[in-house]
Amino acid sequence: MLAYAIRRLGQSFFVLVVMSFLVFLGVFAIGNPIELLVNPQADEAERLRATVALGLDKPILEQYAIFLGHAAKGDLGRSFVFNVPAIQLILEKLPATIELALAAMVISVGLGIPLGLIAGLKPHSLVGRSIMALSIVGFSLPTFWVGLVLIMLFSVHLGWLPSNGRGETVMLLGIPVSFLTWDGLMHLAMPALNLALFKLSLLVRLTRAGTREAVLQDYVKFARAKGLGPGRVIGVHVLKNILVPIVTVIGLELGSLIGFAIVTESIFAWPGSGKLLIDSINLLDRPVIVAYLMVIVVLFIAINFAVDVLYSMLDPRVRLGSSSAAH
Amino acid sequence: MSDIAPPAAAQPAPVESPWRRLVAEFAESRMALFGLGLLVVIVVTALAAPWVSPQNPYDLAQLDVMDSKLPPGAASATGGTYWLGTDDQGRDMLSGIFYGLRISLTVGVASTLFAVAIGLVFGLAAAYFGGWVDAVIMRIVDIQLSFPAILVALVLMATLGQGVGKIVVALVTVQWAYYARTIRSSALVERQKEYIEAAKVLALPQPRIVFRHLLPNCLPPLIVVATVQVAHAISLEATLSFLGLGLPITEPSLGLLISNGFQYLLSGKYWISFYPGVALLATIMAINLVADQMRDVLNPRLKR
Repeated sequence: MLAYAIRRLGQSFFVLVVMSFLVFLGVFAIGNPIELLVNPQADEAERLRATVALGLDKPILEQYAIFLGHAAKGDLGRSFVFNVPAIQLILEKLPATIELALAAMVISVGLGIPLGLIAGLKPHSLVGRSIMALSIVGFSLPTFWVGLVLIMLFSVHLGWLPSNGRGETVMLLGIPVSFLTWDGLMHLAMPALNLALFKLSLLVRLTRAGTREAVLQDYVKFARAKGLGPGRVIGVHVLKNILVPIVTVIGLELGSLIGFAIVTESIFAWPGSGKLLIDSINLLDRPVIVAYLMVIVVLFIAINFAVDVLYSMLDPRVRLGSSSAAH
Repeated sequence: MSDIAPPAAAQPAPVESPWRRLVAEFAESRMALFGLGLLVVIVVTALAAPWVSPQNPYDLAQLDVMDSKLPPGAASATGGTYWLGTDDQGRDMLSGIFYGLRISLTVGVASTLFAVAIGLVFGLAAAYFGGWVDAVIMRIVDIQLSFPAILVALVLMATLGQGVGKIVVALVTVQWAYYARTIRSSALVERQKEYIEAAKVLALPQPRIVFRHLLPNCLPPLIVVATVQVAHAISLEATLSFLGLGLPITEPSLGLLISNGFQYLLSGKYWISFYPGVALLATIMAINLVADQMRDVLNPRLKR
């Protein structure tokens, strides 16, 4: 287990360096930020001075080496636009994104697994079919369009929910959160539902597929034959066995929720890191783009690692660290 | 397969039956048939857009700024009716949607075809050669799949800039890995089977074994994944275009039409965004319905 963790950590570090290089090269192919940063009336000398001050006159590989050196010390560069450390800008915005992603995850798990179980146990009933039909709709709806329809319905037409911002926040352990105030909750409701819809449909389908295969297995028949009640058969024997792929997906999808939050945040003007990324792309604020991607890569590596460990704890057949040739 | 029959009489049946059985099983679900019908209508409409659209939305001579932002059903100055209203340029939304469908479907299908081709080669190579080839390819696939497609595509589009060719490149980049993984896992299973053994014993050339024997037997799961991925590609393109990082304004896909209407949404002019969205939804849903049933039909674990 320890050897596995160390090897895994080494791999992750390698991925991080490779990603940083690709991202750095890619981002530095985007436009010339000097055009946006320097007063258009500035003369050539002024532009040159700004270029040198930002270190943009050096060769790309040298810029990358400087970036790596600073990154090792936790400094991912200063925002061209706001002139504050990029990492600070992102860490300020990240809690809003994580709150949104977690709220969406709670909604999708809380609704998805029960609905999937029902649909899987009674696949041919009216309820089962309706759940599946709805999940196909939920699966098909592009996130951004659902966001528009939600705004159209609840903000413009009914006027129940606000269409942008986080609303009132309170501090929880030094981090501003929305879900503890009524106003914040009202602001959170639509974006969270919007973000949750796709994962909700995915979980319904996964749970249903798992349940359908599980109820045909001998251990379920045996549990029934033993005279166990349906509650215990479903709650213990079925659920426990379908939970392994579901937990994996939940873990992996948490990362994807943070990715898709970019879209939701843009629609609902949710002041999170995704909106920051889009704004930075439009303003050619390279250090912020690079820093955002670095933070996301680290976050994803951490999530994937946690999922792997959890996976091995849930499914004793999975032995971390042993090679696949073992069986 | 059902009964013991004289070999001579059973001869024609096995040739015909797999396809017939698939078609019959597919037709069992009315939802799937509905999806297929809808898909056919959408594809035909997109192909025939220049002939079925009330106006050519890109011919500026046909547009009238006086007709801008008219609600659905309004009469145009020239006597026609804007069944789905007009946008801020006075463009007929229905025509805009028909032309938008063309672009969205083209991008979706083209990117899927390229991604399948690339994924197929790498997936087959990984499964057939094994060893370090397999390790390197699957490592790259794993790393790539651990990042959400939207994020990778977004960064790529920010780097590449807008355009149809560029968005296809971005979509292929985020999608090839799915196919590589799918084809590898089914090829690994097929490789162990006797017919491959037999082909090897016959000393057939390697490319022939891979492409004529191994590949056709790996196709069913690939077809299912590819169908779902066409829908994903269309949705992803629309999302990127909505965020302003997809197609340029000269090639308005459905996503761009929706994005264009977003600014008028809060003032109650819903139709500019809403109807292109309905068209997008119908397309994706039709594809998903078909893919869903194909998955059930082709999945041997659900055989009754």
